[in-house]
Amino acid sequence: MNICVCIKQVPDTTQIRIDPETHTLVRAGVPSIVNPYDNYALEAAVRLKEQHGGSVIVLTMGPAQAEQALRDCLAVGADEGYLLTSRRFSGSDTLSTSYILSAAIRRIEELRMETFDLILCGKQAVDGDTAQVGPEIAEHLALPHVTYALGMVEKGGSLRVRREIDGGVAIVETRLPALVTVSKLPVEPRYPDIRSWKKARNAEIHILSEEDLAELDLSLCGLKGSPTRVVSTYVPVREKKGLRLTGDTADETAEKLMELLVRSGRL
Amino acid sequence: MKRFNEYKNVWVFIEAEHGEAKNVGYELLNAARPIADGKGCDLVAVIIGHAIDSVCREALSFGADSVLAVEGDEFETYSTDAFSRVLINLIEKHRPDTVIFGATNNGRDLAPKVACHLKTGLTADCTGIGLQEDGENIAWTRPTFGGNLMATIICPDSRPQMGTVRPGVFRKGTPDSSRTGPIVMEDVHIPPEEIRTRIIYQADALALALDLEDAEIIVAGGRGMGSADNFKILKAFADEMGAYLGCSRAVVDAGWLPHTYQVGQSGKTVAPKVYFAVGISGAIQHLAGITGAETIIAINKDPNAPIFDIADYCIVGDLNEVIPALTRAYRKMKG
Repeated sequence: MNICVCIKQVPDTTQIRIDPETHTLVRAGVPSIVNPYDNYALEAAVRLKEQHGGSVIVLTMGPAQAEQALRDCLAVGADEGYLLTSRRFSGSDTLSTSYILSAAIRRIEELRMETFDLILCGKQAVDGDTAQVGPEIAEHLALPHVTYALGMVEKGGSLRVRREIDGGVAIVETRLPALVTVSKLPVEPRYPDIRSWKKARNAEIHILSEEDLAELDLSLCGLKGSPTRVVSTYVPVREKKGLRLTGDTADETAEKLMELLVRSGRL
Repeated sequence: MKRFNEYKNVWVFIEAEHGEAKNVGYELLNAARPIADGKGCDLVAVIIGHAIDSVCREALSFGADSVLAVEGDEFETYSTDAFSRVLINLIEKHRPDTVIFGATNNGRDLAPKVACHLKTGLTADCTGIGLQEDGENIAWTRPTFGGNLMATIICPDSRPQMGTVRPGVFRKGTPDSSRTGPIVMEDVHIPPEEIRTRIIYQADALALALDLEDAEIIVAGGRGMGSADNFKILKAFADEMGAYLGCSRAVVDAGWLPHTYQVGQSGKTVAPKVYFAVGISGAIQHLAGITGAETIIAINKDPNAPIFDIADYCIVGDLNEVIPALTRAYRKMKG
């Protein structure tokens, strides 16, 4: 199976703090990581490759330093990395991003002279949290898609996906080629060993820009190609308001609380 | 500013399965009412499914001015292909100004496919919607950067403007069965061979956690629970009150409970009357999922835990003592 995994380098959002004075996001010193769901997508891809043969290509769109994210993926089983980078792409919303990525996927297929059987993405990136780019890539490429995968197996040219649904789990079968977005898997992504890490550090990263994507309509890229526009941002404010309950014993405290809740009709 | 005279009405997609609508659709009818009124247009419920007669009438009672419905065997269960093609067909024919979806897994599967096909803007997982002063654009507000930042987004140059909105953020209106309106059935069918995915098996095995979004009382545990085993105490407390069990991300990461129980930015958004946060420190990602809770009770041994900043009632103490005490107190009160 030939698999393309779309990844994104993101700030580690669990380490982002709010400046208490200015009420703004403190991003300085926050490490860049591969979006955690993309790591699961990559793990799923590498497992399919180990079972069925083929290759795993990782693709990212971002600034030059996103190259490091690709190397991180090469160290844990990806075969080749493609960095899609251009100032013309910056400010792209999900529609525009998915358009550019889909053009790059087609171009990589031409360059490698073989088509992808499967495109994998993380279910969402932890910085934007939109979960839209995957399904939109599928639409640009006229592929079927399955979202929120918890696992997948290939069976006679189709893919069976364990999908998280609201209210449980479903097994969804899709014909290939297809695009699947991956949620948290029951297995953790593997860690690199020293040898693979060293190899990844020295590996060649393929760079693509609009000049390599002949059919790309630049009016659909970047800020001006994006139908949505961010008009304002703010840091949510939280207020202290809680009533502290105490008592001589846990039972006394508990009874105070229950009385308050029951008397106010909350319970 | 661009005007779109040929586009009118506000649509709310009502997700329905087995002849029953998900709550979020009705929540959105309530939330979108001021937008439709502000635009002076109709609020339309769009329903795709099988055996949806009662859902259509119910949508009117929850505030829709009219219903646009497509019924067929092929819509009995959700598929991206069938549902997206129907919606694209309806949108191209009727040209709505705004289309709003619930940000459920299926809503977030469907909306990007439709928006991308129509080459229009879509804003994901919103927690606020409102009409801008221009009376044209919707201001879609959503948490980003793991809930650390709120962003307001518009779609000024294309129509329809589309967004998905989190379940549990808005409240349903009170249904009024005397409300009437046209129910327009559209005859659209998708040949089965053109539906490229197929559901082989569907299990609601985790039903207890599945209804978290609709739960009135939730007892949620965090990293401070200490072990998977300690959730037995919490479960006993939840059972005593007929409450649902939930958890923070740390608990899922530790493997103590499956992801379906997770409340927060990357889990479920809940809006219970009462939310017990037990051993939950209150990371902003978790708080993002409980803003709709009416009353939050925090129980934590760390008196400086951030959860106490937003809780209505705070108990500093060891959960191994406090939870059994609460269980006893509840039993005593309800006697």
